[in-house]
Amino acid sequence: MLSVNESLTRIRGMILRYLYLHRRSVSRTLEIIFWPVMELFVWGFLTVYLRAISQGEVSQFIVYLIGAMIFWDLLYRAQQGVSISIVEEIWTQNIANLFVSPLRIWEWMTATFIYSFFKILLIMTLLSLIALGLYHFNFFGSVGFYLIPLAANLFIFGWLLGIATSGLLIRWGHAVEALIWGIPFLVQPFSAIFYPLSILPVWIQKIALFLPSTYVFEGMRQIIQQGNLQPGFILPAFLLNGVYFLLSVLFFALMLSRSRATGRLGRLGMD
Amino acid sequence: MSPSPESVLIATRNLTKSFPDANALDSLTMRLQRGEVVGLLGPNGAGKTTALHILLGLLSPTSGGVTVFGLSPIRDRAKISKRINFSSAYVQLPSNLKVRENLKIFSMIYNVPNPARKIDFLLELFEIGHLKNRLTGALSSGEKTRLNLCKALLNDPELLLLDEPTASLDPEVAERVRLILKKIQKERAMGIIYTSHNMAEVEQICDRILFLHRGKTITEGTPADIMRHFNSRSLEQVFIKIVRGGDVICE
Repeated sequence: MLSVNESLTRIRGMILRYLYLHRRSVSRTLEIIFWPVMELFVWGFLTVYLRAISQGEVSQFIVYLIGAMIFWDLLYRAQQGVSISIVEEIWTQNIANLFVSPLRIWEWMTATFIYSFFKILLIMTLLSLIALGLYHFNFFGSVGFYLIPLAANLFIFGWLLGIATSGLLIRWGHAVEALIWGIPFLVQPFSAIFYPLSILPVWIQKIALFLPSTYVFEGMRQIIQQGNLQPGFILPAFLLNGVYFLLSVLFFALMLSRSRATGRLGRLGMD
Repeated sequence: MSPSPESVLIATRNLTKSFPDANALDSLTMRLQRGEVVGLLGPNGAGKTTALHILLGLLSPTSGGVTVFGLSPIRDRAKISKRINFSSAYVQLPSNLKVRENLKIFSMIYNVPNPARKIDFLLELFEIGHLKNRLTGALSSGEKTRLNLCKALLNDPELLLLDEPTASLDPEVAERVRLILKKIQKERAMGIIYTSHNMAEVEQICDRILFLHRGKTITEGTPADIMRHFNSRSLEQVFIKIVRGGDVICE
């Protein structure tokens, strides 16, 4: 019991560490909402324009596009939540302090999970309100109850991508920082985000079926089109996320072990 | 009489770390007992930081044995990390947080009882209590060093690893910090591993010294023994002799 309480205190400590940063920096807080809102403006007004020139023929497409944009942002921010938290410790040369402290990796990752969850909840609510006000698209209304399993799968997948990215950061440090922003875009073309899976060449479709995100975006389109969702979209996403959870944890452990062997871990942030 | 297992904080045997281009540490065998201050000395690249990183679990050895409190620094990290702490001139606390915020977070990570009282006590001890609401990044390097030492003492460690802890302090503050550390060390029978390039400081604070050069132990003993052995009047002279003829391993 004591050990559980100690873990909870450490998790709270790390969440507090992230919250202090927001209290200190207005720009950091605004940055959370700035990019998603700007993206929504661009995509939203594009869809308004398309609606005007097509005289209503592409109205369904418009709904897909805005829904996909909001969901994509969820995955992207979940991945960023973890990897930015790690790189922040490298930038401030604090990472060795954490690695020699009683903080365990799972406690640290749990803190990033909770912190990202509330950050994303805020972003999604804001984007949905803007989409409703400006483009008359009711995101929550369109996806309904299914929002929970779909969003959960995307959030988990993004978080797992974040853990894998963090493994790379721990292993190679500054040299791979650019990947923090690049890795989500590696899965973007294969996830059938802005177009249906059937549009993709057959060989890419085979790759896409190994990504939980593909099932979420395909499922979202089915809900908007038919108003329901077959379990065939949710279960594979959860199963794949289970597999990727194991793989990302193993990958992180391997990268940490290699970083310890090469001496990188003790030098992170110093080169 | 050999020391009881409980009193041995650190034990290494033929500890070696090889990188593709060099042996950073070559067969280091050492012990640190409770209440003892051991200095690791040597020129840049001697293997001091490598040894500290292995003891902290930040680096895995290539071969040889190492235990901290009789446990493995990597496998038993969770058990060891509550009883140990460190401060390094090369590791900082986040510059974008205030002094007291940084210490509060680490007091939670170390599950420190009565954290506010402990933080105030340590800040006053190192004479930086007036800076607790200052951003860490706005502190001078000497103030940051003292803040790092506050962090290092938050959990009342039984074992403290200090990597050039007074490197950026002016001589007067460095002297006061050494006295504080020595006092706390005596009161709590704390074991300390200390690296420094300041030989006078090492002479003052360390009970025993290991001179390292190119990863190898060149000589070991009390400061007085070592000076006598090398027929020198100061550790600085010994240092220069060893670096200039460091390939010779002494008895």
